[in-house]
Amino acid sequence: MASAHAIPSLDEQFEFTAESKRRLLIGIGVGVALVAIGSYLLASGVGSHEQHEVVHGAGASEGHDGGHAYKWTNRLYANIWLNAIYFIGASVIGMFFISYNYLAQAGWSSAFKRIPEAMPAYVLPMGIVIIAVFFLAGHDLFHWTNPDLFNKTSESYDPVIAGKQGFLNTPFYLIRLAIYIVSWYLLWRMLRNFSLQEDLHGGTEYYEKSIKWGTAFLVVFAVTSSTSAWDFVMSIDTHWFSTMFGWYTLASWHVTGLAIITLTVVTLKERGYLQIVNDSHLHDLGKFMFAFSIFWAYVWFAQFMLIYYANLPEEAIYYRERFSGYGGIYLAPFFINIFLNFVFPFFVLMTRDSKRTYIFLKIAAWGIIVGHYFDFYTNIMPGTVGEHAGFGPIEFGMILIFACGFMWSLSSQLAKANLIAKNHPMLEETLHHDI
Amino acid sequence: MSDVTGNGKFLVGIYDDDDVVLKAVRDVKDAGVRIHEVYTPFPIHGLDIALGHPRSRLGIAAFLFALSGTSTALLLTAYMESFDWPMIVGGKDSYSIIVYVPIIFELTVLFCALGMVGTFIVSNGLGPTVKPLMYDLRTTDNKFAMAIDMSKNNLGEGDVERILKNSGAAEVNVKQF
Repeated sequence: MASAHAIPSLDEQFEFTAESKRRLLIGIGVGVALVAIGSYLLASGVGSHEQHEVVHGAGASEGHDGGHAYKWTNRLYANIWLNAIYFIGASVIGMFFISYNYLAQAGWSSAFKRIPEAMPAYVLPMGIVIIAVFFLAGHDLFHWTNPDLFNKTSESYDPVIAGKQGFLNTPFYLIRLAIYIVSWYLLWRMLRNFSLQEDLHGGTEYYEKSIKWGTAFLVVFAVTSSTSAWDFVMSIDTHWFSTMFGWYTLASWHVTGLAIITLTVVTLKERGYLQIVNDSHLHDLGKFMFAFSIFWAYVWFAQFMLIYYANLPEEAIYYRERFSGYGGIYLAPFFINIFLNFVFPFFVLMTRDSKRTYIFLKIAAWGIIVGHYFDFYTNIMPGTVGEHAGFGPIEFGMILIFACGFMWSLSSQLAKANLIAKNHPMLEETLHHDI
Repeated sequence: MSDVTGNGKFLVGIYDDDDVVLKAVRDVKDAGVRIHEVYTPFPIHGLDIALGHPRSRLGIAAFLFALSGTSTALLLTAYMESFDWPMIVGGKDSYSIIVYVPIIFELTVLFCALGMVGTFIVSNGLGPTVKPLMYDLRTTDNKFAMAIDMSKNNLGEGDVERILKNSGAAEVNVKQF
């Protein structure tokens, strides 16, 4: 209601306490210990099928085993890759969110704008991890890095993959990785800088600049979100392709990022911060999560159904691997993925009241955050480790390391500035936001 | 939904500004007058709350319409593909639900949309032969009208007129249906 109400203070300083730093460090320590235990178990052959020479399942028959035998380190690297891809995407969504809000000249989101603004700082460490993993284990993760595939005289010459050489070759791949990381990170630094300057000097100058550079980011991201999805995830299954894949991965990242924003806003509110964020803001964030869960499901289903209906062997193999390949170990993650990312948020967030209630928002956000890990898990693992995948100490440890690192990065960025962009020109609108 | 059929005598306060009418709703209610309805050229934020309208049940209606669409589509495709004329397309079973998800989705949306249009027409008392009740024709242009049903108020005409004027009404007219 547009009634007169007291405007809470706009000066809020988030404190990244020594206590939370200690907890995050413990989290990272536990993660490292879990990864070490998991690695030891895998290296010594416990819980691994390595010795049994398992005949590759029907689904594993992409036909090219030349050149990369499975080593236990593959699972380690695949896990690092999986988490790095998940978090680089979720973080860059913060930038995506503020950019399209600037472009649309949206006022409502300026109340909690500092939270998406703090997320993309994690792009840089994740980018470094991605490039490092590519150098260390590119040959184990990516089939196409084998030069024999492109050599006509070689036994393992593959005409299909050779046809993709113009795009899938190591120099160009590295150039693309650099472009993603540098462009995302630098454009974010610019917008972040404008926002901090605006806090000091006010005026609309920084707002106009932010619209301009935010739009530039959207143009860049329109291309790079798709190509990065191909590079990071789709090129693992080198033979297979889907024209939906860029959208699909963007949808996955986007809804994860929105869930992280919502969860952070709710958590901060519970601790007494963000006084100016009211039920209507939460309602809108809930709608965002609800809508983009459905959007993700729509894209997921569109990709799945066309392949299912057309039933072309070279396309259907992708789902065959996930349904019954590798001893059926991907069937559970496959269905957990759909349940947690569509069915669960759909029903939890359907009513108006649940979108205004902290606990329902938190449940839905956690469901989405966990669910999209499974999304990337089912996309990345079959092509990299096949039947050697599983859920062991390595997986849980790696999630802990990357998630605690993300929270560290987010908290330290939040602590660097006032929690509310107090000179944002649209602040008056967001203070009275009411739906 | 409000009562759209009016009969009897109404006092209609005409306002020039949306902020004034929103404030006037509270003032008039505080003065003890029961407001029949407020008519505006565009939606005014918070007006429904100020008038004390209960929360709309439109969402429930939409959900039920959508559900009827979903079940119709399920029955339709199941009957046609499994009983009436079973066909095998692309090596699939004659009833493969995945193939029919688009149909189920579309009929859900269609039933929901048509149902909402029907609900709109019924709840607003619209129809081809219905002559709509206009408290003031200018509410379709730039004026805001607050209608007071005199049969539901104990106050006298003069009192109500004074209250409306005090609340910022530019003019107060009598409307008889």
